[in-house]
Amino acid sequence: MHIKVKLFATFRNGRFKEAGQERQEGTNCRKIILELGLTEEEIGIILVNGRHASLDHLLQDGDTLSLFPLVGGG
Amino acid sequence: MDKILRVNMTDLTTKLETVPAEWAGLGGRGLTSTIVAAEVPADCHALGPNNKLVFAPGLLTGTAAANSGRLSAGAKSPLTGGIKESNAGGTAAQMLARLGIKALIIEGLPKEDKWYSLHVNMDGVTIQEETELLGKGNFAVIEALEARLGKKTGILTIGPAGELKMTAANISVKDPDSKIRSHGRGGLGAVMGSKKIKFITIDDTGAPKVQIADPEKFKTAARTFAKALLDHPVSGEGLPTYGTNVLVNILNEAGGLPTRNFTTGQFEAHDKISGETMHDTIVARGGKPKHGCHAGCIIQCSQVYHDKDGKYVTSGFEYETIWGLGADCCIDNLDDIAKADNIMDDIGIDSIETAVMFGVAMEAGILQWGDSKEMLRLLTEEIGKGTALGRILGGGAGSVGRTYGVTRVPVVKNQGIPAYDPRSVKGIGITYATSTMGADHTSGYTIATNILNVGGHVDPLKKDGQVELSRNLQIATAAVDSTGMCIFIAFPALDIPECLPALIDMINARYGIALTGDDVTNLGKHILKVERQFNIEAGLTNKHDRLPEFFKTEPVAPHNAVWDFTDEEIDEFWNF
Repeated sequence: MHIKVKLFATFRNGRFKEAGQERQEGTNCRKIILELGLTEEEIGIILVNGRHASLDHLLQDGDTLSLFPLVGGG
Repeated sequence: MDKILRVNMTDLTTKLETVPAEWAGLGGRGLTSTIVAAEVPADCHALGPNNKLVFAPGLLTGTAAANSGRLSAGAKSPLTGGIKESNAGGTAAQMLARLGIKALIIEGLPKEDKWYSLHVNMDGVTIQEETELLGKGNFAVIEALEARLGKKTGILTIGPAGELKMTAANISVKDPDSKIRSHGRGGLGAVMGSKKIKFITIDDTGAPKVQIADPEKFKTAARTFAKALLDHPVSGEGLPTYGTNVLVNILNEAGGLPTRNFTTGQFEAHDKISGETMHDTIVARGGKPKHGCHAGCIIQCSQVYHDKDGKYVTSGFEYETIWGLGADCCIDNLDDIAKADNIMDDIGIDSIETAVMFGVAMEAGILQWGDSKEMLRLLTEEIGKGTALGRILGGGAGSVGRTYGVTRVPVVKNQGIPAYDPRSVKGIGITYATSTMGADHTSGYTIATNILNVGGHVDPLKKDGQVELSRNLQIATAAVDSTGMCIFIAFPALDIPECLPALIDMINARYGIALTGDDVTNLGKHILKVERQFNIEAGLTNKHDRLPEFFKTEPVAPHNAVWDFTDEEIDEFWNF
């Protein structure tokens, strides 16, 4: 399946802003996060197609996964 | 000994009063709202003789407590018709606190057509006639007053917008770099203008240190508190690196970034105005990515933004301003947005109300979507000069909507809705609807829990739990706004167990009292109820705790969400 991964804030350092990836069916968010060299603790927000998702969320073909560190504003 | 300074602009007299016992335990918003509710008739005209403008530093302001240097300003708002408290950084709060001034109350209206200034020092407050600086922008006022009275002078000032009593006018506060912070929302600059006070200067020469009842206990608590601020990823790392503008990309991804006057939830050019882009631009041009709005701030969410030639353009360049002029007006030029931010500081007009207003003005056809050059011209040539069109624009989003027959006008209680779409981030919709301040994201910032996963998570697209979330945050915020603390201490306070007890310990050590967590919650509840009662007496009832109709009927992309709370569900908010 094909997914799109988008990284934000410090996660972009030494990585990328946006990348298309080919993945096996049944891949969850955690697997992708760990393969990016990120730890679970570093993750602030996981969005799949603009909706909050958990580390165990199974990705589907065509999904967009957006990852943010713990940041905020107001 | 703490004191109250009272200025009567009708007979041009001043008084120094002792602090009544019932005000002794209050500061900041708790004190300004209590004084306004007690002394201002709720049905008065906000620009008439019976309104009062009140300034109060927080309970911890002037101490070594990190991030405690905020000043509250309060009055009846000419924008909302209800009670208003707006707080800001800068140098004035700490100077007033060191002078032992618990509150400065300005009442009445001058009989003659003359302008005045106030000067506050160890001896109290005096009134002088002012002629030289009338009509001047805030930067020129600060420069002239520093030349007149010295570099260290604290300054509160209004620009042309305040002099002309525009309902989006703000009150500017000089910051440690002689630039500007703002009591932005609710048109308090117009109230100061109605009293014909161009500026207030503060000289704290000879002021003693703020007294601490138990210095050892204070020191320990202050250390724990500061550690919590630095340890939390949002206040310790995210905010100092990217500022509040990191939210552009987050809200865009979550589909809650109001775009093109709230007609869609994502902005195509988000990357051009994002916090990440802004950070890289600031660093490349030799600006400052981190910067504090007051001495003692350790979060440093502010920044100094330079132009291509490395020259200062603006500081305190916030997400809400960038969102509003950016996504909501479809402007993708961050340099022009920065110029606008500077002009708004100079003419003294709220950058949130004005940004929301421009979205409505574009829908009205006053200028084209995305036309940043015309936006800059309207600011300088129309609002800044007080032309007839400028006064309509300077009245805010509601004013433009009414004048031009626009039906999509994002306001609650006539105050512009900021930077988070209430259809796709439903908790903040409850805050907009119910806040005593009119649409105000800071009064119960559910974005923390709806979007940022701070203090747990409540799904932004569902109704469940939103009323309770907003209620708890509004109660806590009313209490925090009374301490002089920056509201961003809420991020660590929601996640780090030691943070809030340390804040309460500091208050107890400062005053030699024994408040508990419950006392602080009860203070927050009490403040909200006092403000609510004022609003009811002013004619703002639960019927005004509603979002504009279009949020119910126009689904917002990408989630096609609508505002689907019933009136009864919203009214549940006040059951506490």
